[in-house]
Amino acid sequence: MNETTACKPARRRTLGWVLLEFLGSMNLAITLLVVLAIASMIGTVLQQNQPYPDYILKFGPFWFEVFKSLDLYSVYGAGWFIAILAGLILSTGVCLYRQVPGMWREMARFRTAVDADSLRGFQQQTEWRLPGGDSGATLAAITGALRNHGYRWRIQDHGDHHVIAAMKGRYNRLGYLFTHAAIIVIGVGGLLDGDLWLKLKEWRGELVVETRDLSARAVPPISRLTPGAIPAFRGNVRLPEGSTANFVFLRLRDGFLVQELPFAIELKDFQVAYYDTGQPKSFVSEVLIHDQEHLGDQPLAATIRVNHPLVYRGYAIYQSDFGDGGSRLELKAWPLATARLEPVAVKGEVGGTIKVGGPTAGARSLELDDFRLFNLLPEPDAQPGDRKFRNFGPSISFKLRDAAGEAREYLNYMAPVSMEGRWFYLSGMRARPGDPFSYLHIPVDANNSPERFLRFNARLRDADGLQKWLTRPAVDSDNPDFQRDLIRVRLSLVGLFIQGGFMAITEKAKTVAPAERLQEATALYLNLLRETLAEVFIDTLREEGVNVEQEPGERENAFFNDALSALAALPAYGSPFYLQLTGFQQVEASGLQVTYSGGTVVVYAGFVLLILGVFLMFYTSHRRLWAWLASEDDAVRLILAGAGNRRPLEFASEFAEVRAALERRLRRPITSPSPTSSNETH
Amino acid sequence: MAATREALLESWDQPARWPWLTVSDALWTLLVLAGSGYAYSLYQSYMDGYEVAIQLGATLALIGWGRYWPPARRFTLAVTALTVLALWRYGADYELRKSAFLLKYLLESQAAFMWMSTLYVLATVTYFAALFSRSEFIGKTATALTWSATVMGMTGLLVRWRESYLLGTDIGHIPVSNLYEVFILFALITALLYLFYEDRTRTRSMGGFVLLVISGAVAFLLWYTFGRQAHHIQPLIPALQSYWMKIHVPANFVGYGAFALAAMLGVAYLLRDWAETRNPDGVLARVLPPAALLDDVMYKAIALGFAAFTIATVLGALWAAEAWGGYWSWDPKETWALIVWLNYAAWLHLRLTKGRRGTPMAWWAVIGLFVTLFAFIGVNMFLSGLHSYGSL
Ligand code: HEM
Repeated sequence: MNETTACKPARRRTLGWVLLEFLGSMNLAITLLVVLAIASMIGTVLQQNQPYPDYILKFGPFWFEVFKSLDLYSVYGAGWFIAILAGLILSTGVCLYRQVPGMWREMARFRTAVDADSLRGFQQQTEWRLPGGDSGATLAAITGALRNHGYRWRIQDHGDHHVIAAMKGRYNRLGYLFTHAAIIVIGVGGLLDGDLWLKLKEWRGELVVETRDLSARAVPPISRLTPGAIPAFRGNVRLPEGSTANFVFLRLRDGFLVQELPFAIELKDFQVAYYDTGQPKSFVSEVLIHDQEHLGDQPLAATIRVNHPLVYRGYAIYQSDFGDGGSRLELKAWPLATARLEPVAVKGEVGGTIKVGGPTAGARSLELDDFRLFNLLPEPDAQPGDRKFRNFGPSISFKLRDAAGEAREYLNYMAPVSMEGRWFYLSGMRARPGDPFSYLHIPVDANNSPERFLRFNARLRDADGLQKWLTRPAVDSDNPDFQRDLIRVRLSLVGLFIQGGFMAITEKAKTVAPAERLQEATALYLNLLRETLAEVFIDTLREEGVNVEQEPGERENAFFNDALSALAALPAYGSPFYLQLTGFQQVEASGLQVTYSGGTVVVYAGFVLLILGVFLMFYTSHRRLWAWLASEDDAVRLILAGAGNRRPLEFASEFAEVRAALERRLRRPITSPSPTSSNETH
Repeated sequence: MAATREALLESWDQPARWPWLTVSDALWTLLVLAGSGYAYSLYQSYMDGYEVAIQLGATLALIGWGRYWPPARRFTLAVTALTVLALWRYGADYELRKSAFLLKYLLESQAAFMWMSTLYVLATVTYFAALFSRSEFIGKTATALTWSATVMGMTGLLVRWRESYLLGTDIGHIPVSNLYEVFILFALITALLYLFYEDRTRTRSMGGFVLLVISGAVAFLLWYTFGRQAHHIQPLIPALQSYWMKIHVPANFVGYGAFALAAMLGVAYLLRDWAETRNPDGVLARVLPPAALLDDVMYKAIALGFAAFTIATVLGALWAAEAWGGYWSWDPKETWALIVWLNYAAWLHLRLTKGRRGTPMAWWAVIGLFVTLFAFIGVNMFLSGLHSYGSL
């Protein structure tokens, strides 16, 4: 009976003690530090918080699931990661709990209970026997030397001997306290600012992540947070110029939440400025804050730039990105695949989709993705190593999606671009996102328009017209049959060419000529084609009103060659029309980030503690000196010893200084006042 | 007259009434104040409150540095003289760098960096020569070469700062804004830290090892210059247009420099250990720096690096709070800074609480260099993130 009652508390204490011992052990602390370091690496190697389909593409469905179940797509919010952090904080807390009382005593106590032998064991120690000395004078000498070196001391009379215990720099011990308390403070502050609150609300069923593609207004209340619902968040909103928002989106895993703000942000204007080199120089949003409750009818005007956020009522608003906010575009769609020439005028807005295509083009949708006012790109004509940039002017990018959902992406520049002295309308095309664009170069005519090329192209696609024109009353021919055949061949060559470019011609040659005459046949075909195209081209010029009686000039020749290249590239271009940008009204959008973080003050306090602590720990040293003295026979025995908890070499030299000072005081006592002492002269 | 005797006793071992104010200290302080005041009067109208505060802080730091470590004064004076000479020669014409002899061959930033590179490589060789020949003279030469290289490098950076303004007032910025510039900073800071420890420990035997890592940085710089044309002055992207850059980046590099130095001493330590076990009477075991010294300086360097890195990381967090909307975003660069920090925290715990020394700790310091290097350049090369130093 007695035994059990005696045992129980003891066992409880032991268990708790073991746990405490484990949590506060240095080995655990060092292990956790290293484990945390390694775990942190994961999130830097694996890009975090990407859309889930990207991960599936990258890892395949199996590993995608494995990594997902390990929370590797948002490691830093994962349960196990937080557990490591919490473990470290707990361990540090326990360590503090166990060390602080000892440290405190260490700081406060002078330790006058030392014996001579232990002092003799110090690395820094000296011993004197002072014949004829008296303890009073010796004590005075010691305290004088200690004072001069900034030490504080206690004297203890042990009867047969005295001990002077001195110390300095005891604040060094606070260093330990500060650094480790800082870890806890920063950890707690960081936790307050994390998405813990969201998780808590989700777990309690008060919040559901919205995964559908909805506008903010359509998001149901279960996925919305009212102002102040959580003490910390980081959200984004993209505002077109002239629009207003009183909410931000919080991204979470593969969905989002809407956080409402207690005020509204109106974007008046957004501007990007560039350096001459083409790099962006500044992103500036001019905003108005509307807040009936705090500002009344007078909105607050502010400028937000990168590195210069606006802080309003504890909410910080940052410039985070930018884009198009629905610029209004005027476009002309020039048919490319038919004999028709007249363009169709189209109006659209960036972000919008337009149904295009009739019977010939097939139903397609035209998605207007982006408009850019400036395109500062490396100078195409520059020498290698030359870092020049050129502004290519406004551009649009759009996608053409067919009924099957397959899309090609296009990038068209509004203004012609000069390359090697000739001018072109550029249109880039790519069949897959991420591929480089391949460019169609449409030569520019004398009116600075793509029209001549397009007319030429339309002529070539008008098979009937072309046939008629080729068979126009020709000069009398000796061999009308041959003429007819020739025209047929020429027509079919043109047809092949506009369907398949030069490749189609060489393919054709392969089908009619034996291998050994292939080259010859190809050359023949190409010459014939070129001749035909040249004739049609000259006729196109004539239609345009150009005087074609003389030899065509160098410019026309160059144009013709460029036109052939463009025609040859058309089959791969894949669009039934060329979309020319003829006018625009730019609307920019600014990406703003709004944060509210209640834990910031806590974390910053932790920072101050941490820095103070680290410096106290490294650059101050808690030093102790002891003097042990006893009268023996006709002398005084004196032991001086000391130790510092840091920087042994520096302490050794300080010890030597104190010893030398003490020796001066003891060995060469000044028995009579010097006549030149300052007291006497005045 | 007992009081007199007491007073005399007191003054006997009290060094001076103003122990912290010697004549040369006072002169130094006045000189720095005057120089800083003059610079302030010149540029005051271009500076905002933060920049004035930074200048004030830098002035006090320079005064403190010179008083704590007198060789810093000669260094500062030499750098100042050369920089002022370069600025005077430049006037307002950036193009003079191609024609004026003094600029083209000596003081134009690119020329100065070439001098720096050459001198560092020479110094490395000379330190090793001194180590094996045990010649005092060669050792002094090596020290002089290192000082000269550092003077040229620092001058180059300051001149480059000015050049960026000559290129366009909107382009001007402190040259710690891209990998090229910070590599130079890294070399300079590592060298200065080394020179400090050389002075304090009164031995040159560690020089070759430390200069080896600096020569490595020089090799990288040369490749980066000639292979990648990275030496052109680029304007600042918006994310870097902040006064925080002026303090965050240099603080970081004190950390990187100190860790690199510690790692090289770790190499020396391991080499010595190896030499001693193989052949205790061999040349290597005789000439290499003693283990106790390496161990002590290694600890001091890591402690200094850790302190600087703590400050730098905190400054980085404050900057991030202003630029990205949160003091911590788990951005790869940030995260790697934390990894470096945790790594050395673990090292310091082992050393301070468990008193560990010897080869495992030396190995750890060497491995620490790789962790540090990854945080420093690996992140830029292999990982993407918010940090804008850009890729190679
Ligand atoms: C995130 C966790 C921790 C960090 C970042 C950290 C950081 C530090 C730092 C920077 C030092 C200074 C080194 C020095 O100069 O003394 C230090 C010392 C120390 N740490 Fe920690 N520490 C952590 C956790 C712990 C834990 C859990 C313990 C308990 C086992 C602990 C025990 C100590 C001790 C005993 C010292 C030496 C104090 C002295 O000698 O004055 N630390 N720590």
